[in-house]
Amino acid sequence: MTTRGRREVSLIVNGVAKTISAYPMERLLDVLRDEVGLTGVKEGCGEGECGACAILLDGALVNSCLVPVLQAESTQVMTIEGLSDGSQLHALQQAFLECGAAQCGICTPGMILAAHHLLNNNRNPSMEDIREGLAGNLCRCTGYVQICEAVEKVAKEAGR
Amino acid sequence: MKANPADYDLVAPGNLKDVLSLLAEKPGTWLPIAGGTDLMVLYASGKLPQRKLVSLWNLPELRRIEATEEELRLGATCTYTDLRQNEIVEREFPLLATAARWTGGIANQNRGTLGGNIVNASPAADSLPALLVYEADLILISAAGERRVSYLDFHAGYKKILLKPHELIREICLRRRFKEYFSYARKVGARNVQAISKVCLAAIGRWKNGAAQDVRMAIGSVAPVPLRLRGTEQAINGKTIDAAAITAAKQTVIAEIQPIDDIRSTASYRTAVAGNLITEFLQALRAHGEVA
Repeated sequence: MTTRGRREVSLIVNGVAKTISAYPMERLLDVLRDEVGLTGVKEGCGEGECGACAILLDGALVNSCLVPVLQAESTQVMTIEGLSDGSQLHALQQAFLECGAAQCGICTPGMILAAHHLLNNNRNPSMEDIREGLAGNLCRCTGYVQICEAVEKVAKEAGR
Repeated sequence: MKANPADYDLVAPGNLKDVLSLLAEKPGTWLPIAGGTDLMVLYASGKLPQRKLVSLWNLPELRRIEATEEELRLGATCTYTDLRQNEIVEREFPLLATAARWTGGIANQNRGTLGGNIVNASPAADSLPALLVYEADLILISAAGERRVSYLDFHAGYKKILLKPHELIREICLRRRFKEYFSYARKVGARNVQAISKVCLAAIGRWKNGAAQDVRMAIGSVAPVPLRLRGTEQAINGKTIDAAAITAAKQTVIAEIQPIDDIRSTASYRTAVAGNLITEFLQALRAHGEVA
């Protein structure tokens, strides 16, 4: 089993089946950006502290900088590019625009996916739940208030 | 990213038996990796010396949670999210549920594992004091068989654990006998989540006939290992909690811990906080006991 070298890794990215040749310890972050061309996945700290590279892996929010690509074999990956329906923005994307929840934009894809993951698991989150759900995602521009408001807006609208 | 992925190998045999035979082949050659929340950081910074890794992620044999009347058995690669979602953990082992909530953010809780936290052996790990307080046992497994050991003796020194290179932790076993205990957990860090503790205390105890009974306490980030506070427990057990008892407990805890100055805090701050947390716990235990 000592076959150092590239390996074929098959996974489904935003609904599309892909087979990628990669070194097994390549970070899923790098594979998604460089091999699949999904640059909505951002690299911030590269050590799991900031959430900029967050994606959904089989529905679970994960930091893609900490996932060796081999561990993504046979999984379903969702990046920010897979959230909208064509040119129709997802409710969270629309709310981020309306609430002024993005400034430089580096944290935004991870923020939105963290919010999406939260709302998938909790349809009626309190502000405390929202803050906890986004606590692994750092923003250095907006100060979080507008971000939390955007998520709250979507939660309330969905609850109606 | 300072590492070159071409220098590393990672295999994923997909079942426990094959992982164990790989580890037995040439012990020490293969480094197990579960959710990667520690090892991938080391790897990306170019500081991971081992070049061959074997994946434990999603091995069904290591991610089960089993409950008997006496025991809760947590598979070693159960994630913090798995722990948070388990009702028995929430109800009967609140210190562990709280620690799971404190660890990283949601994304790291979805990947970080309890067994990984143990073998990474950081003295600052939030879940380890909880395991010391509950006096967990570990079931270790290798190609040659399994053995059950007490977690209380598992940390032999800074980042040194009593796990052989060909062994894995299979399960963490918790005796279901703490339901009636008062429990207290507090983490002092720069931020509530996604921050490593400056000090964290996990404690349980009972209150009978105006005195503290069966108090167990463990503390993180103030010694080379997560530390059970045996001396401080002795100073308190059987005593009523008054000003003199609190002073004695604070003096004992200060003698027991060995805090250092580091990037997150200073020894003197940690010492002060450790004393304050012990005080807060004892006052809360007494208040709880007097109401009940």
